[in-house]
Amino acid sequence: MSVYLDHAATTPMFDIAIDAMNTSLRKLGNPSSLHTEGRSTRKDVEDAREKIAKGVGCLSSEVIFTGSGTEANNAAIKGLFWHSDKKVILISSIEHHAVLDPAHWLVEHEGAELIEIPVDADGVIDLAFLKKTVAERASEIALISVMHSNNETGVIQPIAEVVKIAGDIPVHCDAVQSFTKVALSFKDLGLFAMTVSGHKVGGPLGIGALILRRAVEIPALLHGGGQERDIRSGTLNAPSIVALAAAVEAKLYDASKVAELRDSFEVGVLASRPDAVINGKSAPRLPGISNITFPGTQSDSLLLLMDSQKVSCSTGAACTAGVHRPSHVLMAMGLTDVLSQSSLRFSFGTTNTASDVAYALSVLPDVIERGLAANAVGRK
Amino acid sequence: MKIIAAMSGGVDSAVAAARAVEAGHEVIGVHLALSSNPQKYRSGARGCCTIEDSHDARRAADVIGIPFYIWDMADEFHEGVVENFMSEYKAGRTPNPCLRCNEKIKFAAVLDRAKAMGFDGVVTGHYARTQESSVGRTLHRAVDPLKDQSYVLAVLNREQINGAIFPLGDTEKVDIRIEAEARGLAVAQKPDSHDICFVPSGDNAGWLRDRMGSEVGPIVDQDGNKLGEHKGAYTYTIGQRKGLGLTVPTADGSPRFVLKIEPVSNTVVVGAREDLAVTSMRGERPIFCGPEVGAAPLRGFVQVRAHGAALDCTYYMDNDQLVAELDQPLLGLATGQAMVIYDGDRVVGSATICETA
Repeated sequence: MSVYLDHAATTPMFDIAIDAMNTSLRKLGNPSSLHTEGRSTRKDVEDAREKIAKGVGCLSSEVIFTGSGTEANNAAIKGLFWHSDKKVILISSIEHHAVLDPAHWLVEHEGAELIEIPVDADGVIDLAFLKKTVAERASEIALISVMHSNNETGVIQPIAEVVKIAGDIPVHCDAVQSFTKVALSFKDLGLFAMTVSGHKVGGPLGIGALILRRAVEIPALLHGGGQERDIRSGTLNAPSIVALAAAVEAKLYDASKVAELRDSFEVGVLASRPDAVINGKSAPRLPGISNITFPGTQSDSLLLLMDSQKVSCSTGAACTAGVHRPSHVLMAMGLTDVLSQSSLRFSFGTTNTASDVAYALSVLPDVIERGLAANAVGRK
Repeated sequence: MKIIAAMSGGVDSAVAAARAVEAGHEVIGVHLALSSNPQKYRSGARGCCTIEDSHDARRAADVIGIPFYIWDMADEFHEGVVENFMSEYKAGRTPNPCLRCNEKIKFAAVLDRAKAMGFDGVVTGHYARTQESSVGRTLHRAVDPLKDQSYVLAVLNREQINGAIFPLGDTEKVDIRIEAEARGLAVAQKPDSHDICFVPSGDNAGWLRDRMGSEVGPIVDQDGNKLGEHKGAYTYTIGQRKGLGLTVPTADGSPRFVLKIEPVSNTVVVGAREDLAVTSMRGERPIFCGPEVGAAPLRGFVQVRAHGAALDCTYYMDNDQLVAELDQPLLGLATGQAMVIYDGDRVVGSATICETA
């Protein structure tokens, strides 16, 4: 038996999306071409854009297709910064590297000043800090970026309050983990920009979208044929766009089932390891993510042992060399360097079953015991 | 058996892992990240701790068809190997960090962790052989004399040798490359790593100077006459002839060699070639790879460098020190180097040289 509990990394494509992609792959026509084939593909892309816009709660003209969520985040952070004559970037301390790193890059190369909004022990951003910072420095702030929910803990952030506090300051929201999992509306939240990604929602890899308020024309990262409001040139990836739209339109994510599986897993973990700590448990969370600290272990050992028992989970953060690093998210929540390297992320999806949970729980005690032993020799 | 394959990203450890799989073991590949700030790319042929090397290791594991993980041993490596390398130089000795790495990291930290996690041993791409005999498992030279790495493995104790698998000891390097090619491993023609992996420039003296500063001190002859100045005593090694920068010639015009490094007075002592001659050596912290050696003198060979010659000697234990008396004098032997005793091709054991005469 093998059990996949890493749906926050990537989740299976829905059959309906695979079928839509297959059909599109067999079609000829560059959507920018003016002839019959081109117009036909263009129609598919625009149909898809409307479906995605409906799912996101925005106008179809506000959907800008990109090659990934990372690209959309880069386009938003850099684009909104360059669009403004202000120098301060305000982001949460728990952002994904796809937001964190472009912000740091702007500090190093473009004279930006970065202010990070701290989080509490549950991983929720400090709105009082945000309010105070905005009150003091509103005239200097180019943009605010806060993720809709955190990729490591699943903790949902109070975006509506962020937008309210921000006033006229543009707010970007990385909604990659939340999209299709919880209620989410670009328009209702009053956002300036938002990021979504295909492969987290039953669509294919290699497609994302920047949702950007119409009539806001930010500088482009990619220059060329002028596609996507001249913000993201490049021939549109019609098969992936069509497949993403099919996945979004199908609304197959079963949030209550996923939450039930996740909750029963957590109950089981705490029953067998009473010292385990579920990070962010008292905050509102996504249905599918569970981040658990196992004191006295090292998460890379645990991952290896879980993997050899055919249970796939994640350690959260890894650098380019694949070396496990203490999670900046857990450290921002106040965990020590050591404890944040003793944590695993289990993320559940619609394809998981109760027997997956039972199997994962059955192998866990031995894995933790061996992990404790391995860590003990490492510390001697 | 369930074993961990330590995969550096080089051809040897890749073939070793593949051979272990073929021998029927359940193998998991592990790359040791030894630097917390690895370089992206190799510079020249050096090193086994760049991001490119970890990618090569991962690719080899994927081609062989085994799981692969990266273990962060940067802290252990820094404390156990890099700091020791600096403190040894500071104390006027010449350490071999590769031995230290085998002793402290590859067959200690990794093997201990592997055993705690339920594995039986560690397979590496070292060129050496083990044999089962009436006295237990023993360590032997590889069949390829140019690649033989038994010297740097002589720091392993019996328990560590029992947990080690060296599948390459029976094969010549040239054939390992051919085998790697046949197995579809892209690292088949990757150059061998050389020198010290954490000194990517290959400039040990410069590396030490950058980290330990350089305190100018005297270069003197054996009578204490000052002949010049050095730029940090630890950047010199016993037997070194070049780079002394002396302007006062010897009476007969013969070259001078570093005879002694005195860290406390920060003095480098130089003298004639014949003054380098050593006929006996003593080593501390002896480790025996097989049966222990006693006070009774035995005949064998001693080797003092990774690819040095095996020198005829008589060896024995004197209290807790291992002593080797050479049949023929040896020129230029530094304390801190490892003395490895061989009985034919069998590794008897090793010790760190603390005294020469």
